[in-house]
Amino acid sequence: MTTPITPQGWPQRLLWLGIAITGASAAGGIALNRGESINAIWFIVAAICTYLIGYRFYSAWVGARVLMLDETRATPAERLADGRDYVPTNRWVVFGHHFAAIAGPGPLIGPTLAAQFGYLPGTLWILVGSVLAGCVQDMVILFCSMRRDGRSLGQMARDELGPIGGFAALLATFLIMIILIAVLGLVVVNAMKHSPWATSTVAATIPIAVFIGLYMRYLRPGRVLEGSLLGVILLLLSVGAGGWVDQQAGIREWFNHPGLPLAFAVIGYGLLAAILPVWLLLAPRDYLSTFMKLGTVILLAVAIVILQPEIKMPALTQFIDGTGPIFAGSLFPFVFITIACGAISGFHSLISSGTTPKLLENERDIRMVGYGGMALESFVAIMALIAACVLEPGVYFAINSPAGIVGATPEVAVATISSWGFPVTVEQMNQLAATMGEATLFARTGGAPSLAVGMASIFASAFGEHLLAMWYHFAIMFEAVFILTTLDAGTRVGRFMLQDMLGNFSPRLGQTSWYPSVVLTSSLVVAGWGYFLYIGVIDPNGGVNILWPLFGISNQLLAAIALTVATSILIKTGRIKYLWVTALPLCWLLILTTTAVYEKISSADPRIGFFAAANDLQHKLDAGLLAPEKAAVAPQLIFNQQLDAWLAMLFVVLLYLVVGDMLRMTWRRQRGLSILPSSETPYISNKPLPVNGVSQ
Amino acid sequence: MKHFIKTCWALLRQLSGDDAYERYLRHQALEHPGEEPLDRKSFFQREQERKWNGVKRCC
Repeated sequence: MTTPITPQGWPQRLLWLGIAITGASAAGGIALNRGESINAIWFIVAAICTYLIGYRFYSAWVGARVLMLDETRATPAERLADGRDYVPTNRWVVFGHHFAAIAGPGPLIGPTLAAQFGYLPGTLWILVGSVLAGCVQDMVILFCSMRRDGRSLGQMARDELGPIGGFAALLATFLIMIILIAVLGLVVVNAMKHSPWATSTVAATIPIAVFIGLYMRYLRPGRVLEGSLLGVILLLLSVGAGGWVDQQAGIREWFNHPGLPLAFAVIGYGLLAAILPVWLLLAPRDYLSTFMKLGTVILLAVAIVILQPEIKMPALTQFIDGTGPIFAGSLFPFVFITIACGAISGFHSLISSGTTPKLLENERDIRMVGYGGMALESFVAIMALIAACVLEPGVYFAINSPAGIVGATPEVAVATISSWGFPVTVEQMNQLAATMGEATLFARTGGAPSLAVGMASIFASAFGEHLLAMWYHFAIMFEAVFILTTLDAGTRVGRFMLQDMLGNFSPRLGQTSWYPSVVLTSSLVVAGWGYFLYIGVIDPNGGVNILWPLFGISNQLLAAIALTVATSILIKTGRIKYLWVTALPLCWLLILTTTAVYEKISSADPRIGFFAAANDLQHKLDAGLLAPEKAAVAPQLIFNQQLDAWLAMLFVVLLYLVVGDMLRMTWRRQRGLSILPSSETPYISNKPLPVNGVSQ
Repeated sequence: MKHFIKTCWALLRQLSGDDAYERYLRHQALEHPGEEPLDRKSFFQREQERKWNGVKRCC
């Protein structure tokens, strides 16, 4: 039975009223609390109540009234069942697949970085953004794709809007992939910099994945659970082994490197992973990362509930004015750009169209998979935010601020950070680094180390105080494992897209199995993200300041394209009355991305504006104000700032092309002119449901 | 309780793809009874190539 939009019966109504009041009190407590410390458990309560209310009421309403989900209609999985791509699957299994695919490192990193504004802006945006925009996007795109035999976002854009919309969606997807991989690579490099323990553990994940790959292919073919369990045990052992390596005077130095060699190692690894067969590296790594991800998320939730840590970060910091050390830019629009995954993430529309809709057993499962999957991802983002905010703010800023902002030596850095009103001492930082088994934790920009410190303190307090260093490196390994999985998978996807585009000019290059083409296109994709990674590492301001906002903008841009496609489909299929369900989030994203790009291009502050930064550096270079090593890289940095500015403008142009295409289509439809017909597949009744609503 | 654990285990096996070969054998027997099904190893090799060629992971 479809859930009725409003609860039936008094016990039900009272229950939902109770949930609403609890959620509102928790959220109100968080929002209005000033000066006193607040317990993390209230964040969990507010979040869960928000998701429950959003799921129970808004998603039920969207499902019934807007999408008009029809449980008597056969899904593509049923109509086209082939036992391979189209397989009617239990909704819990589809939910698991979908969640594992959408949840990556994004919701862990974004909220950690955005904590520089204080806990409040990030929390509110994650909660409100997810229930009203992110979950709706995932659910509506899943619906649209399911009604079109599981077609991809790019194909839907082409079918519904025309070739321009289709091309813009494709190009945006390709660009976001390049930026995403670069910034994730940068996060890993910053976590491994001069840390033999972290570097050796991350390095060990590669032979472990290869071993599991060989195991599942030759020793015990297809025994996925058994192989994954073995791999997870080996990964845990590698964390311990890394601690041993760190103690050995000789071997230690093999893994003790500055950023640049590590960046080249990541680039080399990316190329290798893209041209090796999937079964050897990517597939086993993917299994391992999925298990690690689910295990760690559950562990973190349990630890927070057991420990109930106090939040140390203030509700708002002075950095809402745009002077933040981790990334520059004022609260609006940059908190919304920084937290993309966790609130609304355009990337999800690629998963919601394509694989997942081909598995749905019944249309009513869309609510649980699309809306529910995103709500859970949003919950992961809330936990990451908690992990960042339980740190002393001084410590949080010392770990995350790049040397170019707070000063290169520990003494200068703590003085700068303390002067902001977040007291921290060199001894405190040294002591913390020593407990975590690291030489230093200063200037570890990127979010991974501070999240690991936060997670390690939560885990250690909940499950055993003496293992702090182990927990820290476990958290680093956990983040690295699935960042590297995204890097492998993303490079491969980029390669397919490039081969697809090049195939228009040379059919030979379009053959995904022709090895020279594989090597050529993989190298091009790796060169693309490798370039941004290289610049990010040599940039004294930490690279994250440039790359993360660019990633956020491109991700929100993809979300806006997805919502545009969804809005056109609502218009075409006669749902114009409910247009606002997707059109309002779309307008919000248009305002966000346009403002952000405008500021990134035109701001006179060199930390925000790309052109301002290029001019500022050029000016300093001409005047001879730069130290020799900085002067040597300055021309590359100047070129990069200009390139980033043009890239940001290209993003906006792509977005308005798609939106313009939608407006043109709407105008023609209203005038009664011809438009592309809706590509929805016609109604076919499904096999009658068995009695008591349980499918077999 | 026993039933619940059994269901969870079945879901976990399906989620991870651990029971993919058994499901394939059932599908073949039902839909293509005449054909000789692939052996476990070749089936898994074919599945892996197919599964990881597309957008599978997100940020």
